[in-house]
Amino acid sequence: MNQGERTMQQNEMKLEFDSRSCNEGFARVAVAAFMTQLNPTLEEVADVKTAVSEAVTNAIIHGYEGRVKKVEIFCRIEQETLFVEVRDEGKGIPDVELAMQPMYTTKAECDRAGMGFAFMEAFMDALEVESTPGRGTCVRMRKHIRHDTEQFPGYLDTETAKNMTER
Amino acid sequence: MEQLFTISGTTLIIRLPAELDHHSSEKIRLEADRLATGRNIRWMLFDFGQTVFMDSSGIGMLIGRYKMMRFLGGNVAAIRANEQIQRVLTLSGIDKVIDVYEGIPQQLNL
Repeated sequence: MNQGERTMQQNEMKLEFDSRSCNEGFARVAVAAFMTQLNPTLEEVADVKTAVSEAVTNAIIHGYEGRVKKVEIFCRIEQETLFVEVRDEGKGIPDVELAMQPMYTTKAECDRAGMGFAFMEAFMDALEVESTPGRGTCVRMRKHIRHDTEQFPGYLDTETAKNMTER
Repeated sequence: MEQLFTISGTTLIIRLPAELDHHSSEKIRLEADRLATGRNIRWMLFDFGQTVFMDSSGIGMLIGRYKMMRFLGGNVAAIRANEQIQRVLTLSGIDKVIDVYEGIPQQLNL
């Protein structure tokens, strides 16, 4: 594959911002804007926005516990798949498996529902959490964007349409 | 500025912002609790009419207000949720404890 083809199919962006709650909206909108080149449906955009919002909120509330440090987002588009990585250098999660259980929260008194990871899992295709106590947390998510499948022109026969969706 | 909190009789109507996340939920939580505990409020109505985004922080805020209103002998309902908001309400399971209406429920006589 030559360089020209590669740049058509792959695209990356990196974002770094202060762990302030007012940046939660900025972060999810930035990722949503980046993914528009995949021609996603409104529902797919909403899914990604929610997942990013969950990961960034976790970094701010749990990772840094209110301290103002940096949150990093790394996005990559490969073919029709979006990869999102949200990183913090906060306090980390001692037991990732426990933290990922629905309804589990360490901050119930702050009205946390304990659904952050469950939402990320529900709205994305894959979720991976890597954390080292005292060092920070990295959340990796992936979503395949199935675009254009319902916008085929009427004259396409089933076979052609099938080939196009499998391209 | 638009009125976000309206009290009508014993009902507190909270007009939610366009984006209900951790950032905006915090402010609503503080003001809702202040108003609900300072007066005789029986119903807390969350109006999603202008809301296009909600994440689990919004759900946490709703659950917290639900618990508080039940403790005070009152109730909570959500109104005018669009498709996207409805999806999040359903996914969280909160729609099993909080009633979701298309408009203001008639029994409130507002």
